[in-house]
Amino acid sequence: MSENKTIKIIITRQDGPNATPYEETFEIPYRKNMNVISALMEIRRNPVNIKGEPTSPPQWEMNCLEEVCGACSMVINGKPRQACSSLIDKLETPIRLEPMKTFPVIRDLAVDRSRMFEALKKVKAWIPIDGTYDLGPGPRMPETKRQWAYELSKCMTCGVCLEACPNVNSKSDFIGPAPLSQVRLFNAHPTGAMNKAERLHTIMGEGGLASCGNSQNCVQSCPKGIPLTTSIAALNRDTAIQSFRDFFGSDHQ
Amino acid sequence: MAHRDFVSRRLHSFLGLVPIGLFLVVHLTVNYFATRGPESFNKAANFMESLPYLLFLEIVFIYLPILFHAIYGVYIAFQAKTNVNRYGFFRNWMFFLQRWSGLFLVIFLAWHIWETRIAMALGTTLNYDMMANILANKGMLVFYIIGILAAVFHFSNGLWSFCVHWGIIVSPRAQRITTYATVVVFILLAYVGIRAVFAFTNPGLAF
Repeated sequence: MSENKTIKIIITRQDGPNATPYEETFEIPYRKNMNVISALMEIRRNPVNIKGEPTSPPQWEMNCLEEVCGACSMVINGKPRQACSSLIDKLETPIRLEPMKTFPVIRDLAVDRSRMFEALKKVKAWIPIDGTYDLGPGPRMPETKRQWAYELSKCMTCGVCLEACPNVNSKSDFIGPAPLSQVRLFNAHPTGAMNKAERLHTIMGEGGLASCGNSQNCVQSCPKGIPLTTSIAALNRDTAIQSFRDFFGSDHQ
Repeated sequence: MAHRDFVSRRLHSFLGLVPIGLFLVVHLTVNYFATRGPESFNKAANFMESLPYLLFLEIVFIYLPILFHAIYGVYIAFQAKTNVNRYGFFRNWMFFLQRWSGLFLVIFLAWHIWETRIAMALGTTLNYDMMANILANKGMLVFYIIGILAAVFHFSNGLWSFCVHWGIIVSPRAQRITTYATVVVFILLAYVGIRAVFAFTNPGLAF
């Protein structure tokens, strides 16, 4: 019985960055325990569409295949998520695959997420410890805080929160929820806190925190369950205090 | 250090509460005097008109803040690409309605101010009869009811956003409890607003 079962997959394709998108339907034999990646591999093995016409194999990105790298993010049945952890048995058919159009499409399902890396660089999402001599061990982090911070560190820069956010679009320069939450992570670190004001000033700038409109789609969509809106609200508090310090001057160290 | 956008957004949020939100509550309360009859309303309205340095109060606490809030609000609203069809979460709906109620209010308030305050400046007396005449038109009645509901919604939900944007409420639980509180604010103010409207059309009606 299962030999005859097939799955229909409708892919929004695009031949290049500036090409016009079009839909192409494929039908592949069903196997047990398939995910969207293995279904795409099946199409790639024999790139013939449902009309029997040979076509180019669809392009997509993948890496870890265990939902920790974020590379295979795409819009699956209308929701942005990782293709690797999207099991065929749990998806409504026909399965619709689209690229995350918030990002520039490179080809088919592959998008260019480099704006997220740019944003991480902009907000200094790292702890600067390099120098010309050994600075010795930094301050220690309490274990409870480490456990809390670990949740924020699960971000894999997959772009799902940017795709879900109504304020991340071509009309706005909002950097999106993911890099904001990283500001909270690195500001919470005892050594990272040494650059706290610098990071806050960055997100008080163009395309920063103020562009959040609290639709809270990000926290609902995040595959890693990161408390993005809590981070944003906490940063709202931090930046409010920082702006008062900047305006009135402060002796607080 | 802070960028203009950051300051403008915070100012926008603040002005929505003080003075615009406070003015809305005062305004709806003055309207509510109509439930005690035309005399009562006229007395309350006359008191407001008799305030010293009224023009200064109006310009500094009403016109300028509303102008900034409206113009910058339209800019914010058109910056979003709303997506409630794909993400039907409660907060996303609130985000959507906040923007659309705001856009509607720009039109409603322009009309409302033209019909009342500007008409008064041009010589029509502002009293119970003026509103009763306006609201005698069924279309206007519906327009005013939608306008009041939009204003009350925009204020109640804006109260929540204000608390989040200024970092007053942070944790998910605090945000949830504030949501419930703002729902209560919405219901109470909507009652005050709508009941006042009907006091102009059906003076005897009690509910």
